[in-house]
Amino acid sequence: MSNHPFAITLDVGSSLDNLTGSWRTAKPVYGDRLPPCNKQCPAGENIQGWLYHAESGDYRKAWEVLMQDNPLPAIMGRACYHTCESACNRGQLDQPVSIHAVERFLGDLAIREGWQVKAGAPTGKRVLVIGAGPSGLSAAYHLARLGHAVTIAEAGPKVGGMMRFGIPSYRVPRDVLDAEVGRITAMGVEILLNTRIADIPQAMADGSYDACFAAIGAHLARRVDIPAVAAGRVLDAVSVLRGMECGDEPPQLGRRVVVYGGGNTAIDVARTAKRLGAEEATIVYRRTREMMPAHDFEVEEALEEGVVLNWLRTITAVEDGAMLVEKMALDEKGWPQPTGDYESIAGDTLILALGQEVDTTVIERVPGVEVNRDGTVKVGENLQTGYPGLFCGGDMVPSDRTVTVAVGHGKKAARHIDAYLRGMEVETPTKHPDAVFERLNSWYYTDAPQSVQPTLDLLRRSTSFDEVHGGLDEETAQFEARRCLSCGNCFECDNCFGVCPDNAIIKLGPGQRFQINDDFCKGCGICAAECPCGAIDMVPEEV
Amino acid sequence: MPQTGPSQTVKFYQTGTLTVGNRLLDPASRTVQSSESRSNAITCGHRACQGCGEALGARYAVDAAMRAANSQLVCVNATGCLEVFTTPYPETSWQVPWLHSLFGNAAAVAAGVAAAMRVKGRQEVRVLAQGGDGGTTDIGFGCLSGMFERNDDVLYVCYDNQAYMNTGVQRSSATPPTARTATTPVAEDAPGNVFGTGKNVPLIAMAHNIPYVATASVADLHDLEAKVNRAMSLRGARYLHVLVPCPLGWGSASHDTIRLARLAVECGLFPLFEAEHGEITATKPIRRRVPVEEYLRPQRRFAHLFRPDAPHAGEALARIQAMADANIRRFDLLRMSDDRKETA
Repeated sequence: MSNHPFAITLDVGSSLDNLTGSWRTAKPVYGDRLPPCNKQCPAGENIQGWLYHAESGDYRKAWEVLMQDNPLPAIMGRACYHTCESACNRGQLDQPVSIHAVERFLGDLAIREGWQVKAGAPTGKRVLVIGAGPSGLSAAYHLARLGHAVTIAEAGPKVGGMMRFGIPSYRVPRDVLDAEVGRITAMGVEILLNTRIADIPQAMADGSYDACFAAIGAHLARRVDIPAVAAGRVLDAVSVLRGMECGDEPPQLGRRVVVYGGGNTAIDVARTAKRLGAEEATIVYRRTREMMPAHDFEVEEALEEGVVLNWLRTITAVEDGAMLVEKMALDEKGWPQPTGDYESIAGDTLILALGQEVDTTVIERVPGVEVNRDGTVKVGENLQTGYPGLFCGGDMVPSDRTVTVAVGHGKKAARHIDAYLRGMEVETPTKHPDAVFERLNSWYYTDAPQSVQPTLDLLRRSTSFDEVHGGLDEETAQFEARRCLSCGNCFECDNCFGVCPDNAIIKLGPGQRFQINDDFCKGCGICAAECPCGAIDMVPEEV
Repeated sequence: MPQTGPSQTVKFYQTGTLTVGNRLLDPASRTVQSSESRSNAITCGHRACQGCGEALGARYAVDAAMRAANSQLVCVNATGCLEVFTTPYPETSWQVPWLHSLFGNAAAVAAGVAAAMRVKGRQEVRVLAQGGDGGTTDIGFGCLSGMFERNDDVLYVCYDNQAYMNTGVQRSSATPPTARTATTPVAEDAPGNVFGTGKNVPLIAMAHNIPYVATASVADLHDLEAKVNRAMSLRGARYLHVLVPCPLGWGSASHDTIRLARLAVECGLFPLFEAEHGEITATKPIRRRVPVEEYLRPQRRFAHLFRPDAPHAGEALARIQAMADANIRRFDLLRMSDDRKETA
């Protein structure tokens, strides 16, 4: 006999006994996806990862995450062409996050605050790095963090490589460069200036180095033969820019400077000529403006400063106070062809900016090392050459020649050198799937236009080498960081927790994210549909 | 010196205040739903369909009312989906004192509870009555109007899924024109529910001159919670009308519940507003306007409007768009919101 009232057979209870999870045919699964910025970064930065900390105002932590991949954030925030921003999903919503401006803010803050990085526990291994450019410095930094003793041999009189001899100081101030290099030497990395290595195997043996990373850059200017009368002066861009750093006085350029080439170096040297007092700086390029390899914003800034662009022209002769140029026309394939139509443009100095080559004489002598037809050094996936323990990177191996690519090579080489020294293979973790824009629920992101960096006024720009762009203040940098959509990575907005009609999401607390309660999740998929950043997948249930 | 940088107050978080929570928001401005200590008035194991908008809307409203009332809340429930899926005897999902009597008398029972509390001197105990659109706009309408007319101290919440979903999707006086239901089928001469019928209960409630009337949707939680809070700060008869999409009755995907509630607002068919003592006090401007097609197309109850051979479809869509446009004019929904003004 039961004690229940008449006609009642069941005990009163909570619906918690009713496990509605059994209704499910698909199940939400949290994942991390690869944001387009991270995917695009040649230095392999976890951009979304460090922006996350900058959003909450923990700049130290943000800087530390950034420094896991890139030892030069203050330089990179200025010199990098920030292709991450072209890839940024926010660009499809309003404007991309100004990643470089936040990076620069963090880099500058670290310099101001004197933040340092510690070297790893000594391994007893020694590594020789040839070249104190972005690639060599990056490799040295990462090797030092891994506990290896690093010596950098630099042939030039100053550190920085192309960051100093290729990029004008109005883009990268030299005190910023020195501060970031100083942080690397403070970790115990030794830099020997004016030290040219003539024989790499011998140098490795003499210094008992266990491995060597060569990143000597591409410092030889490519030249063409242009008939010149005695009065005409023909210089090359690399020497001019180098002369800005090494000479006692700035290089003597004429009043009317003509630059031949269409890359970033051509732009840099034309803008430099303007700053040195040239009345006219004209860039002559044989293809169209659209085909110029120089980055758009640099071209725009040069035009603002009064640099003149002359495209579809080749220079055929340097005359007294003028250049003879031939007009070009595009053929049906889009290639420039000579037209036989000539004109003369005024100019007393011609600067060639036709690209740079690697001086491979040293490396060619090393047994087992092969040089490609374009003058770059042949390396494997792990950046190792045919000579055991010799790795190469930066401008001297086939790749895009940018500071960021070079920094990425340094990191990659360090990882492989470390594995080589330990007799192991580098384990590359499998990449997360892409966090594409279509997966975002953009409704949740409110309108927030990109912050604007202050820009030096034109008069100051054309008369000094002061930095053209200013940094963001803290408030604006944080605002900018908070524009990040956190593509594909949970940022704890509580949406899944709030929108589940079955209370089947468990909130694990700050920094711990969420968990699905399988007993009650009916698999409706609202959490996945309403996740702003697309971090939830609906996976079919196994039946 | 470079020019000084532009100064902006750090106001926008990644998501503004549109997500349920945000780790960067100060705790005071977070939603009740973002809190681990929310009362979860309807707990797990309830038998609502996958993606039920009403389960969501009821939890949002009751949790917010629970916090506003310091957990001193009694809920009265009309018959309907909400009552059925939460309390199949002897189980209950309610974690709040809860009464169910009949389909039609929730407002009257709630008025009685409020009277009893007044007699007992328990003014801190607040009363919330709730029901679906059937129990509110049709069957319980007489009791509801009486409760308004007497200005009983009750917050009545109507969860509007636009038909009698619990008994097999029959038309109610909240069913929109052209919607297909079991009692308004689609045939050559019967293009779903007809135009020109139904009741707009929020406007009728306003005509009673009660202290507070508002509309809300499950797609805008911050707005919904703010309206519950406002209602709970007042005494007397108050009415909240919440749009809660029903995947079963609307023929929509279970994951589209919130998206549809959002589109209903963004196309203008379901305007969000507040009124006190018969006068509109606030409306919520549309953020990203969409044509009504975008809202109607994902729902099978409107599928006949999108069949190329349907003779009535073009005219019907135009009339529905005209309804949306009329709302937009009436409530001035295309003006720029304050948020957008600041960033424009």
